[in-house]
Amino acid sequence: MGIRFVLMVNKQGQTRLAQYYEYLTLDERRALEGEIVRKCLARNEQQCSFVEHRNYKIVYRRYASLFFLVGVDDDENELAILEFIHLLVETMDRHFGNVCELDIMFHLEKAHFMLEEMVMNGCIVETSKSNILTPIQLMDKTS
Amino acid sequence: MAGSSIMENLFQRTLEDLIKGMRLQLIGESTFISKATEEIRREIKSTDHHTKSTALLKLCYLSAVHGVDMSWACFHVVEVMSSSRFAQKRIGYHAASQSFHDDTPVLLLITNQLRKDLSSANHFEVSLALECLSRIATPDLARDLTPELFNLLSTARVFVRKKAIAVVLRLFDKYPDAVRVCFKRLVENLESSDPQVVTAVIGVFCELAAKDPRSYLPLAPEFYRILVDSKNNWILIKVLKVFAKLAPLEPRLGKRIVEPVCEHMRRSGAKSLVFECVRTVLTSLSGYESAVKLAVEKVRELVDDQDPNLRYLALHVLSVAVPEHLWAVLENKEAVIKSLSDEDSNIKIESLRLLMAMVSESHLADISRVLLNYALKSDPEFCNEILGSILTTCGRNVYEIVDDFDWYVSLLGEMATIPNCQKGEEIETQLVDIGMRVRDARMQLVQVGRDLLIDPALLGNVHLHRILCAAAWVAGEYVEVASNPFELMDALLQPRTSLLPPSIRAVYINAAFKILIFCLDCYLLQNEGTASLDSGNLAGGQSELFSVKNDTEAAELATCEGSKYEQDAGFNPRNTTESFDDLSAENGIERVATHDQTITPTFVEKKNFMHESIVNLLNRIELIFGPLIANQDVDVLERAQNMLSLVLLIKGENDNSFQDVDKKDTRVSAIIKLMRDAFTMELGPVSTSAQGRVAVPDGLVLKENLGDLHAICGDIELPSSSSFSTAGPHLTATSDASSSNPLINEESGALNESTSLIEHRKRHGLYYLPSEKSEIVTDEYPPANDPKSNSNINDEASELVKLTEQSLLLKKRTNQTKPRPVVVKLDDGDVAPISVQRPEPRGDSLSGAIKDVLLGSETGPSMSQSNPYDKSSRKQKEKKKLGTNVQSEMKENVVDAEKPDSENPNSSGKNHGHTRERRHRGKEKIVEGEEHDQRGKKKSGHRHSRRKTHQRAKSPLNVVSQTPEIPDFLL
Repeated sequence: MGIRFVLMVNKQGQTRLAQYYEYLTLDERRALEGEIVRKCLARNEQQCSFVEHRNYKIVYRRYASLFFLVGVDDDENELAILEFIHLLVETMDRHFGNVCELDIMFHLEKAHFMLEEMVMNGCIVETSKSNILTPIQLMDKTS
Repeated sequence: MAGSSIMENLFQRTLEDLIKGMRLQLIGESTFISKATEEIRREIKSTDHHTKSTALLKLCYLSAVHGVDMSWACFHVVEVMSSSRFAQKRIGYHAASQSFHDDTPVLLLITNQLRKDLSSANHFEVSLALECLSRIATPDLARDLTPELFNLLSTARVFVRKKAIAVVLRLFDKYPDAVRVCFKRLVENLESSDPQVVTAVIGVFCELAAKDPRSYLPLAPEFYRILVDSKNNWILIKVLKVFAKLAPLEPRLGKRIVEPVCEHMRRSGAKSLVFECVRTVLTSLSGYESAVKLAVEKVRELVDDQDPNLRYLALHVLSVAVPEHLWAVLENKEAVIKSLSDEDSNIKIESLRLLMAMVSESHLADISRVLLNYALKSDPEFCNEILGSILTTCGRNVYEIVDDFDWYVSLLGEMATIPNCQKGEEIETQLVDIGMRVRDARMQLVQVGRDLLIDPALLGNVHLHRILCAAAWVAGEYVEVASNPFELMDALLQPRTSLLPPSIRAVYINAAFKILIFCLDCYLLQNEGTASLDSGNLAGGQSELFSVKNDTEAAELATCEGSKYEQDAGFNPRNTTESFDDLSAENGIERVATHDQTITPTFVEKKNFMHESIVNLLNRIELIFGPLIANQDVDVLERAQNMLSLVLLIKGENDNSFQDVDKKDTRVSAIIKLMRDAFTMELGPVSTSAQGRVAVPDGLVLKENLGDLHAICGDIELPSSSSFSTAGPHLTATSDASSSNPLINEESGALNESTSLIEHRKRHGLYYLPSEKSEIVTDEYPPANDPKSNSNINDEASELVKLTEQSLLLKKRTNQTKPRPVVVKLDDGDVAPISVQRPEPRGDSLSGAIKDVLLGSETGPSMSQSNPYDKSSRKQKEKKKLGTNVQSEMKENVVDAEKPDSENPNSSGKNHGHTRERRHRGKEKIVEGEEHDQRGKKKSGHRHSRRKTHQRAKSPLNVVSQTPEIPDFLL
């Protein structure tokens, strides 16, 4: 399993989206998120985007007020994951138009849906923005 | 009822309302959440689907973002999942994948729902079900839904197919037997022209290959084609990862792929792909010189990049190259050393690792020196990181790379005095350990210990207490090599020791006790040696305290007493034999002998042990330990009491020394000797397997299961294994002189010594370290080799560059001042054995199944069925389901069992096993078909086509099975 979890956290450290690809109990999740947030949010722009934590490697990137944190296995390609984060942001940007934290808060299920299109079972399965967005647009139309 | 549900529907808060309310937060977040949860609990029971699903959506939100428990709603989740409206169904599925896990009770209820949705015509529904399955599939679900997934693997709808492929990974993981059904279709998808499908399938193979690469070697041609043809960077990265796993297993493969990989490295503009190529080359193709050169060239570009990410990765990948291509690191050494002062702590740590990886005997001292200076000026965290890595590197494999222990010991002492040092326990362990293992280092060790002990400022630092503890122990244990025992005593008795925790204080007291015994013993010996003053001197000295005589008088008196009882010295041994058992007497004599060898040069000649200094010492001890017998801690109390009793004994004996000095005095000296003997027995490192060598005494019943122990002392926390434990038995031995202690010592010592040495020891009751170092124990050690300790920190980096360059080029320093001292090393179990555990026993069955499918070996089924889980749950189910079919399956098992397990699929005789294989496969197919017959009751339509594909798929694989090696075209 390449990707273990995807987190979106604002700069106050509040979780905005959490998607886990392995089962963790709520307490484990909360503890993990707390540790990661403490570790990553304290870092500055001049520092690199990779942090080793427990047995994960965390690749993170900050967009405005939102941190995107992806926990991956140790042998995953870090740069590819950074590109994946960027792709995710671009996709959301295209859908919401200049995406911001509020968009994700109020459309959490859509954000999840996009993520589900892109990643399955920890593997990246789709990297084309239009392919990712087609089902969502279809659903928006029907509902 | 209908009315009320409409009302509910109308007045229900939507998710948006909930989020808005949360943002307003009029009543505080936690109250708001609990109120909202209450509301949801009410709404979710509604009969109206819309109300119910909205409630569930809200609950999902609260659970995901605010960590609200939603396991209580699992039944409602199942209900919403079965809704006919897609929007609601989606909410249900999302909730399921978010909250269900292996122990969720309702999982059994969703099998049919999933099956229905997997076969739905609406591919969005199928995709929902697949997504859910990829997250929650259990072995049961995986087994029951394998046929549906098998169908989806070849569906024309790419949107569904790629997801089905991704689910296969979980399917194989949970239910290895699915490999037999699905693997061929999975392989077929590798040849798909659709990049979406290939992305998915290569992702799956990448994960599978990470667990058990060997099974996928036969697929190398397909991977190779993708490597050469694909233009998609995501796919290329994954395929490179697969090859990184496969290439080490098959040298011909490496030869084949090295060119395309280099081509990508040269051509690609994507940093991620280039980096992956570099990593692949350095990890798996390190034998190909030109490729490695190219990769290192790329690394050099990265390592100087502005982007900290690239710098970090470059350092990271360099550390991979260290074992085989040290030159790659050396070429980049400036950058590596520059990174030690990078802004990013991760980069700093990475460069530190790299630096430690290239360290060797020859320049250990220099690098450690520079690192220590870095440690002094960096933040506490990185400082300790540096100290930790120096300690682990030097301590690795019983100080393998340390040549000069005097240097190392002083380095340890220096580390201890770094203000931010928090590595007390590690340093403690090493100090004690070196003391026990390296006899030659003891003098320096005691010296370092003295420096630490004597500094009153250190006593206030909590992190240093463990180090002081070790220093005190070392000082007590190896006092015979100390330059000035009285000074040590002063350090141990200083008033600020009251700042120490009781456990360490107890070690201090015990060390003081040992030193006292040593001093007294030396004093007596010295007098015996000159044979003029005899012990009367002591008596005189003591009596002086009470009867205010002046010094000369006492001396006179002593002399005359001494001459009077001159012959007494000769009788001494006999006296001891009378009052004590033979062994100790023998030891005593022997000890005197060794004593003279080792000690003479340092102290006895110096005549340090003047009687007034001894008297002073005794008085001070009495003064200081007096209050301690009221101490709260039993350890401190008891040891202080011991000490005091001894002092009083010695003094008291001399109180009336005029009556029969000779008798009393011999008693004192006998006691001192006895005690000294107890301490001369040297402690050695204890093998981890030592316990196992102690025979179980007759009549002792050992219980296998300690379960009832828990009931007795369940609430008692087990003490964490103290690193100081080696001192434990010794310390107890002082008070009760237990006979088991020497036994243990003998045990541990005997492990590594040659038999002749052991005999020697038995004869003399002594513990020697092997060979040739007596001549080294002299004073003329060169000062710990560091002229640079005060050098300017600023040009350290360049200096280190120079140093590494020099020493790495020279490899061995020529001006080795002295040979490496002997380090006691136990043959077995010096370190706790690292239990090499296969990470996944389940992987065996999976890879077995895959080998089986790919290579047509027959060992697979029996293996996978021996999986206990499979056996139990599957058998049970199948008994219910299949009824009569069980027998035929049993038969299959029997056939499988007949095959020898050792039959290696790769090398199995192609010719002899062939017909049998065929026959067997036919049988297996029938069984499989029957199973399907039974299971897929309503899918008879599918069955035929499936069988056909089975056969179609099998025919090319038969070819593979005939040539299990990689096909020619690759070579």
